[in-house]
Order: sequence, then structure tokens, then C-alpha cells
Amino acid sequence: MYVAVKGGEKAIDAAHRLLGEERRGNPEIPEITTTQIGEQLTLAVDRVMTEGSLYDRELAAVAIKQARGDLIEAIFLIRASRTTLPRYGYSTPIETSDMLIRRRISAAFKDMPGGQILGPTFDYTHRLLEFEASETPAAPVETGPADLDRTMPRVLDLIGAEGLIEAASSTSGEPGDLTREPLAFPADRDLRLQSLVRGDEGFLLALGYSTQRGYGRSHPFAGEIRYGEVSVSFTPEELGFEIEIGAIDITECEMINQFKGSAGVPPQFTRGYGLSFGQCERKAMSMALVDRALRVRELDEEQTAPAQDEEFVLSHADNVQATGFVEHLKLPHYVDFQAELELLRRLRREVQGLDQEAAE
Amino acid sequence: MTTGYNFAYLNEQTKRMIRRALLKAVAIPGYQVPFASREMPMPYGWGTGGVQVTASILTPQDTLKVIDQGADDTTNAVSIRKFFVRTAGVATTEETEKASIIQTRHRVPEAALREDQILVYQVPIPEPLRFLEPRETETRKMHALEEYGIMHVKLYEDIARHGHIATAYAYPAKVNGRYVFDPSPIPKFDNPKLDDCAALQLFGAGREKRIYAVPPYTKVRSLDFEDHPFSVQKWEEPCALCGSTTTYLDEIILDDKGKRMFVCSDTDHCRKSQEKAA
Amino acid sequence: MTKPLLIAENISKYYDGRVACEKVNFELWPGEVLAIVGESGSGKTTLLKCLSMQIAPNAGRALYSLRDGRTESLSDLSEAERRFLMRTDWGFVHQDPREGLRMGVSAGANVGERLMAVGERHYGRIRSTALDWLNRVEIAGDRIDESPRNYSGGMRQRLQIARNLVTAPRLVFMDEPTGGLDVSVQARLLDLLRGLVRTLGLSVVIVTHDLAVARLLSTRILVMQQGKVIETGLTDQVLEDPQAPYTQLLVSSVLQV
Repeated sequence: MYVAVKGGEKAIDAAHRLLGEERRGNPEIPEITTTQIGEQLTLAVDRVMTEGSLYDRELAAVAIKQARGDLIEAIFLIRASRTTLPRYGYSTPIETSDMLIRRRISAAFKDMPGGQILGPTFDYTHRLLEFEASETPAAPVETGPADLDRTMPRVLDLIGAEGLIEAASSTSGEPGDLTREPLAFPADRDLRLQSLVRGDEGFLLALGYSTQRGYGRSHPFAGEIRYGEVSVSFTPEELGFEIEIGAIDITECEMINQFKGSAGVPPQFTRGYGLSFGQCERKAMSMALVDRALRVRELDEEQTAPAQDEEFVLSHADNVQATGFVEHLKLPHYVDFQAELELLRRLRREVQGLDQEAAE
Repeated sequence: MTTGYNFAYLNEQTKRMIRRALLKAVAIPGYQVPFASREMPMPYGWGTGGVQVTASILTPQDTLKVIDQGADDTTNAVSIRKFFVRTAGVATTEETEKASIIQTRHRVPEAALREDQILVYQVPIPEPLRFLEPRETETRKMHALEEYGIMHVKLYEDIARHGHIATAYAYPAKVNGRYVFDPSPIPKFDNPKLDDCAALQLFGAGREKRIYAVPPYTKVRSLDFEDHPFSVQKWEEPCALCGSTTTYLDEIILDDKGKRMFVCSDTDHCRKSQEKAA
Repeated sequence: MTKPLLIAENISKYYDGRVACEKVNFELWPGEVLAIVGESGSGKTTLLKCLSMQIAPNAGRALYSLRDGRTESLSDLSEAERRFLMRTDWGFVHQDPREGLRMGVSAGANVGERLMAVGERHYGRIRSTALDWLNRVEIAGDRIDESPRNYSGGMRQRLQIARNLVTAPRLVFMDEPTGGLDVSVQARLLDLLRGLVRTLGLSVVIVTHDLAVARLLSTRILVMQQGKVIETGLTDQVLEDPQAPYTQLLVSSVLQV
């Protein structure tokens, strides 16, 4: 006598215990601490914070450990935790021109006020595995003249003075919040940028890359990339004035793109903007390329490439949404499959019936 | 019950936002109301829409039943039921009659529902026009202007190719004579149960950020042609466990020689029928 | 009392400050076929798009006489009214039939779509109407369930015409309908079009660079150059006795009859 499959609950519990064991690995090897992750896997932490939309290094480190290093899973953990947090209000906009700079480069100028500051970067390293280096304590780096806190005007403002580049759009209205209101199409730039910041690094990298290869080409120059610390301020309603509540590390990328002009506008450079928590430079650059590509409507350009297709890009950029839906194919679908089976059998029977009729 | 979280996980602000969307959905049957879907601790596509709807309407006095593929003990149903036990501490049941809220994926219970029950559906793709027209801007217009001709183009193609309509699940229907909607991937066998149902039916799509509803006693008409009317699946044999000939059956493969049997997909209903017979 | 079906008033469209078409005026009467001719870049396609509301003109307007007798400016119609017009009272035949057909569904569904869009819910009737129309555009009935992908260029174009005419539109726009076809195929299509236009009493605005097409189909002609209408009149008159130097050049160079 057949008895229907039972014991889903037991199986799940056992699977979770096994997952815990696998996560721990060989118990003879010391357990990795979240402090170590926070200090030594900083770029992983930065990415989880950026795409998780929550600036909290410690929580991100916990998430990375719990996710066994699977960053999308870690981002997912952060997003789920973020959901439960009450919203007290919105900070005042951060001012990136007041950034305490750790890195600042421009590919558009050889030198500019404030200078090029290389900072911590893989850019000019030789990609050779350093088998010993990981064990040897690094000698402290001699930092250059301690004038890095001098004002560093943003490069795009320098050419902006000449009118060669469009003004940074400052919509007077309050920016929307796509974590509070669902994204609707067509979406304005504020919401597009929010969506892109949360978007998957790999997806945006590929799209940004595609614009460079001619699919929605916009001739970009890395006008400026800056990474460093900015302070965050908040105006509590009961106080009525602004107070500084902390500081965060961010990366900002401003791309300069060609633009041939339109009906009412003479030719000038246009902007693409990218921002991330921490030092997610690749992400910030990709985002800037895609931001520019998505501005086809406002710049009256022809939409020809995937990266210019707002609904396509924004609907598929979120890796938490994407991974959920792809992986949901693992859930049972046997009721629908049964419906298809029944249909397919009927169709085949009918075809065979017709063949027989034809044969007779 | 896990402390540290609000009752049923979501904070009250969020619940209010979802309830507002639900009220709008009930007021405009079948219309997809956008809502600010939150990240939940289960993945998108695994019932986050249904879970958010359930969390927003749940009270401590409720008795919750969760099914997936018609069964209470499928892994995802177990996981969601556990989630609400942990975060809300509500009573749960496997018996359709005893539940005040039933969350479901892919099935409608066989037993007729009552006015004091709410059925919450998990929805992956709420837009019935999506696979005919991928653009949201365009489908929104089509709904607004009631331009549904293209749905019938698909049904026409089915008949031209197969002799009958070849949509077996997620079969589109018109609610209250106005909006065409996707009843979620339930087999079309279940579509007639949505029509004139005594219970409130709520649909939540988390990833796609849409909520819609079929209020009690509302007309739900599956799309068809006058000369090719809508019809549901039938099986040639009864359920091997309870002998039912009127329920949706799952096919169970018994060995590698193609031996198979058919049993009720609604495990609670099947058990009840067996008890009655005994 | 009859009145014009379509009136163009000072229609102008600019791209990047460049004139695409400027101050175009004409009246189209019921049953009339108006050919807009000119070389490529003369603004004739832009004009057609402005008239059929695919793009908005920068200045001027188009008025249309609706079935209920009202004459309305097209830009004043609601989106719902406009879309309804496009799938019932109007047709649009694209140069490339792929733009006007649903390549993913069968020929029958292509013809039936407009019927279903206006509420026809009887499969048998839709199918017999589709068969009738395939027959009228000389497509064999046994190819009704095939995708237009399997069709030749000429057949696709005829299918596109059937798809447009099935709801008995009063006004059909055509954009170089014979443009992509071989000469022999062109002749057959023109023949068919002429027959349909006559028997159905259609009003047509047709854009073509081919004066032979204009001569065969149209009653009146509108010659465009650099965005402006430089000559207009009855087709036979304009082609026999062109007034504008550009038209003279066009007629002498192309029409070696």
C-alpha cells in the first residue's frame, strides 16, 4: 500500500544541521571570526553593504560568515534584516566634495587642483600570487605629505565652469524611495540611480561593458573617481537643526560622456553617476556607465541597446530578486507538471488517433 | 516564539502600507495594486508576496493553514508555517475547515470555503499579459483600456494548433467583468472554485510588488470562445487512497517500469474522505 | 453630406532644429487615394507618421472625421479613442511586413487579432473570416495555420494587408508597401491593392518614391522636396504636365513610359 511522502519538517531540520556543520568545516582548523572578516575581507564587506543597502560593517561580516562566503546570500541576509528596522527619517544629502580623501583619480586630466591620489588600489599590482606575503606582517606605509585633507574640487565642476558639461541635475522635488514605493515605469533618474546602487555588480559590469563595446555607445571618460570618508547628518524633527550622526566610506564615480546635442541643446558633455558604500570601484564605474546609457529619453537619443532599456535593466538588476526567482525552480511544481502531463498525453493521443484514421 | 521581532515579523508601518494596498485591491477586483514589497527572510519566488499578505492580516486569534501543491507537509509549506509559528506564535492546523487563514501555492483546497475564511495565494508573475507583452508600460495601458484581444490570440493559436485550448495552469480569467487576471499557477481545474467563492481571496506577488484580490461572491470567468468553452481536467481513474473521482489527482510513479498510481493532491481532503469511508 | 475624411493643417516636424516636414496642408476625401511622393529624405515618411499619430508634430494638426460624424483634432483624442481608431477604423501597412505582423503567431491569428480585439469570441467565425480574407489576398487557405515566417516577402505583404482590412477600416496608411519586393512581385501586389481599394472604396494615404506606384493607385498626388510640398494636383495632370522644375525632373528621369 502506497503512503504519501511525509517528513518534510524532519528533513528540513536535518538539512539545517548539516549546513551548520559544513559551514564550520574541519573543527581542528580555528574558526574564522567576524572581526577578521571585517578587517581582512573588506571589499567583500563593502559589496554586501552596498547591494544590501545597509551601512553596517559588523552585520555585513556576520552575514558573510553565515553565508559561507556566498555574497549574494549575504546580501540577502542583510536585506531581510534591513526590512525589520523602523525608519526614523532621511539623512541630509551627503556632500562628497567635503570627502576626507583616500583615493582620487581622474583619467580626463593629467593633473588638477588637489592632484591625483592613487590610494589603496590593485590597479598597478602584478597579478602574481604572493605565497609568502600573506603571512608576513607588512611594514607600515609611509604616507606622503599630510596635506590630503586640503580641499579637492570635483573635477567635473572644473569643466562645468566653462559650460562644457551639463549641470548636475538637481531636481527640486524630494527624491523617491524605492524601498517604500514600488518602482513604476518610466522611472525618473533618482529612482534609477537607487535601483542601480542596489543592483548586482556583475550584471551592471556586463551592461556597462556592453556600452563600451558599441551597444549604446556614449564615449565615456572617467572624469573622477574618489574614495574616502564623508560625514552623515540628520535633522531630528524635535530639534529642528542638523546634527552629525557618523561617517561612512564611499566611492563616487563621475563619468564624462560625449553628446552631440539635440533640438534645443548645443553639443556638450553629459554625466553618468555612480556611487557605492566602501570601495566598490568596479561597481561605481559600471553604474555610471549604465546611468548614462539609461538617460536616452531625457537626452532624446535613440534607444537601440539593452543597457538603454530602462525596464529591462531595472527589472533584472536586483540579485536578491533574481536569485530568488531562479532558485524557486527547486520548489515542487508537481501540480502544474501534472496538468502539463495530462495535456501532453491528450494531445499525443489525439495525434495518434488522427494518424490511425489516416492509415485506415 | 522568537522574540526581538514584531508580531508576524513585519513592523506595523509596513503592515499598514500592505493593508492599504489590500483595501484598494478589494475595492477594484482583479486590479493589480503596486505595493512596496519588502525583503523577507525567505527568497523572492518562494512565497514572499503571500507571506507579507498573511503577516499583514494575521491576528493572534487566527488559525493558520499553509499548503504547497495542495499538501501541508511539502517543504516550503512547512517552512512558511514554521516562520509564522516562530514570529507570531499563532495556532496552526492542517484541516481546511478549522483554518481562518489559508496560505497556498499552486492549489485551491477541495472543500468549499466559508465567509469567515481568507485564502492567500502566492503569485510568481501577476501579469497575465506578461508573456505576450513584456513591457509594464504597455501592459498597464492594455489593462486601463481593457485591450485584451491579444489574450484571445493566444487561445486562438492553441485551438488552431491542438484543436483545443492548451493552457493547463495559470489559466487567465476575467474578474467582475472588468480586469483579466492571473489566478496564480493553480491548475485550471481550480479556476471554477474562484467563481462566486464565499471566502475573501487575496493574491500577493512579492518580487513583482503587486497585490490583487477577488472579494467574496465575485464573478470569475475563465477566458474561452463561445464554440470552445472552458473545461477542466478529468482523470480516468479514482484516487487510489480515498476513491474520489471529483478531485485533482497527482501522479505517483511506483517503479522504474512505468507503474503509476493517482492520489489526491489535497492531502487533508483525502484523509477526511478516507476517515469517512472507514 | 460628404466632408473630408482627413484634413492636414500646417503640419510641421523638426528634428534637432532641422526641418523634416513643414506647413503641409491637404484634404483627403472619402474614397480618395492620395500619394505622397518624393526622394528619400524629402519628409514624406515623417509626414505619414505625423498623420497616423506615431509621432507628434511640432506645429499644426490633423483632423479626422469619426464614424459618428464628429470631426476631431487627432491630438485631442484620448489615448483610448486613438487606440480604438487604430485597430478598427484605420489600417497601417508598413514597408517591412515584419513590423506590421505578429511573426510569432499563425497567419489566421494575424488576421483574426483585430476581430478579437473588438470582442469577437466565436472561434469558428473568426476562422472563416480569416479564411475569406486570405482568399481575397490570394493566399491559399491551407496555409492559414502557418507562421508568416514561412511566407515569402510578397505573401507577408498580402497578409499584412488582410490583417489591416479585416475590420473594414475607412482609412489606410501605406508606407512604401511595394518597397522591399521584386519587380514581378510588385506588379502582382499593386494589381491586388488596386482591386481592393476600388471594391472596398477605401481612402488611402500612400507614401512612395516610385511614380509608377503613384500613377497606378492614386487619384491625387503631393510632391515633396526638402520637407515642403512643392506641387499637388490630380495624379494624371501632375504626371502629364508637371509644373515645378523638381517634379519635371522627377517625371522625366523616372517615368520612361
